[in-house]
Amino acid sequence: MGVLVGILLVVAVVTLCVGERTYSPAQVLQVLLGERVPGATFNVETIRLPRMLTGLLVGLGFGMGGVVFQTMLRNPLASPDIIGVSAGSSAAAVVAITMFGLSGTALSLVAVVCGIAVAAAIYGLSWRGGVHGARLVLIGIAVGAMLDSVIAYAMTRAGVYDANEALRWLTGSLNSAFWPGVGPLAVAMAVLLPVLLALSRRLSALQLGDDTASALGVRPDRTRLALIVVAVAVVSVATATTGPVAFVAFLSGPIAHRLVRGTGSLLVPAALVGALLVLVGDLVGQHLLVARFPVGVVTGVLGAPYLLWLLARTNRSGGSL
Amino acid sequence: MSTHTLAVEAATIGYDERVVVHDMTLEVPAGRITTIVGANACGKSTLLRAMARLLKVRTGRVLLDGRPIDTIPPREVATVLGLLPQTPVSPEGIAVADLVGRGRYPHQGWFRRWTAQDDAAVEEALRATDILDLADRSVDELSGGQRQRVWIAMALAQQTDVLLLDEPTTFLDVAHQVEVLDLLTDLNRARGTTIVMVLHDLNLAARYTDHLVALREGRLVAQGAPSDVVTPALVEEVFGMTARVIADPVSGTPLVVPVGRHHTPTNPQVTPQELTG
Repeated sequence: MGVLVGILLVVAVVTLCVGERTYSPAQVLQVLLGERVPGATFNVETIRLPRMLTGLLVGLGFGMGGVVFQTMLRNPLASPDIIGVSAGSSAAAVVAITMFGLSGTALSLVAVVCGIAVAAAIYGLSWRGGVHGARLVLIGIAVGAMLDSVIAYAMTRAGVYDANEALRWLTGSLNSAFWPGVGPLAVAMAVLLPVLLALSRRLSALQLGDDTASALGVRPDRTRLALIVVAVAVVSVATATTGPVAFVAFLSGPIAHRLVRGTGSLLVPAALVGALLVLVGDLVGQHLLVARFPVGVVTGVLGAPYLLWLLARTNRSGGSL
Repeated sequence: MSTHTLAVEAATIGYDERVVVHDMTLEVPAGRITTIVGANACGKSTLLRAMARLLKVRTGRVLLDGRPIDTIPPREVATVLGLLPQTPVSPEGIAVADLVGRGRYPHQGWFRRWTAQDDAAVEEALRATDILDLADRSVDELSGGQRQRVWIAMALAQQTDVLLLDEPTTFLDVAHQVEVLDLLTDLNRARGTTIVMVLHDLNLAARYTDHLVALREGRLVAQGAPSDVVTPALVEEVFGMTARVIADPVSGTPLVVPVGRHHTPTNPQVTPQELTG
């Protein structure tokens, strides 16, 4: 895990150094310490730093929110971007932009509230005296498909300018990450992520089945509800900031699981992997390809093959999700 | 020795509309091994689940140390009373030591870190169940018998004075069944842990039990020491089966020998003449 933190720091610094003009880490450090370096100060402080911080925070949120869902429902497919929670935020935002002309804070708020509402609906629809992972995944995928059609409908009716604005909500992008957005995002994550960490030991008990969890003194339904509410809030806030950065929530947990192998909670490693995925994805999308792509396109290309592999594998091993 | 008491008082227990256990009153002897037996669907697991407060009683009460168990904070109950459910779930790829360590949950606070005391409890649990050498292995790779030991170790790491087990020997072959019951007996003798379990096998129950509780259709039929309770009449009443009861040549406890319709001297299915002819 120390290694993960190290790599993340390096990537964060590289993000600040690399761009149209590349600065040395020393110059970047000078800027960060408040010295004025002609050119570098504007580029790093005004453009790259908020972009990096946004990517970092959103990545932490997607990573931790995703792994909470996957662990709680004991199903790698049960990540918020697969089961329609992120789609709820996106659809609400697209409808709000194209039909009601909302923008700014109001828009973000609508996206967060609708993400939580959609999650509540999915939870309610899959409730049969308890929530079973596979049922929730299937219902979530169906709800996601419905929301996608809502998005498609809104997009066909939208004017060109609105459609362009709405597009940001469909493929996650850091292109509009500036200072005013960083503050609220940082506050939300600083409040919500520690709550998830505080619940992580209950989550570990819940992983052993409801009976064992009760035997250990954890109330299963109450704990599950608390975890869902907080995790959905985290993912919705992240989605409201950058749009759904494809597959980051879905990939972080499994990657972290393979990296740290064995002991302990996956919450922190998955959050770090999520941040790493977003920052590296953005670096690749911005600088390594012939054209500039939003980060969501890059992570989407990474995530889709894994989803296929996971589906193929679960099908082979008896068809249960 | 355990001084905690567990009792059921005039309890009716059930699921949704269906009442499974009727008017049950039962006192679990402290520091002894109690086994609940009965035919399939007689309510024995239901009774155990209610005692572990996984099920709410409709009427009546379950009392832990004289207090209604549902009025005690769950985590406090979990420091006194442990449970090994029938089908616990092991997360994919989890290591044995990690799983056993999760039994420490009730002893930890919101942000309290793992302590040397937790380490000691886990090591002791691994040692008692003789799986210390498996500590780093993945639970997925283990045999059924080893896996059951891991789960028992987790319950031991919880360090409760009362331990409930729901059919701990199901899915195990006969050698592993005996091994698990020997282990529970060790635990009971060494630490005085009060053990309450549900078992299918009446003969193993009779051998390994201090206090036998027999149920039929959700009602208490008999309870007491196996040598007093296990009789042909009881077997007939509880299982609807004709049987002889002889002394177990190894332990001297009652051994139930079913009569059945075939293979009895008075009603041979295949006579020797038929075989040779």
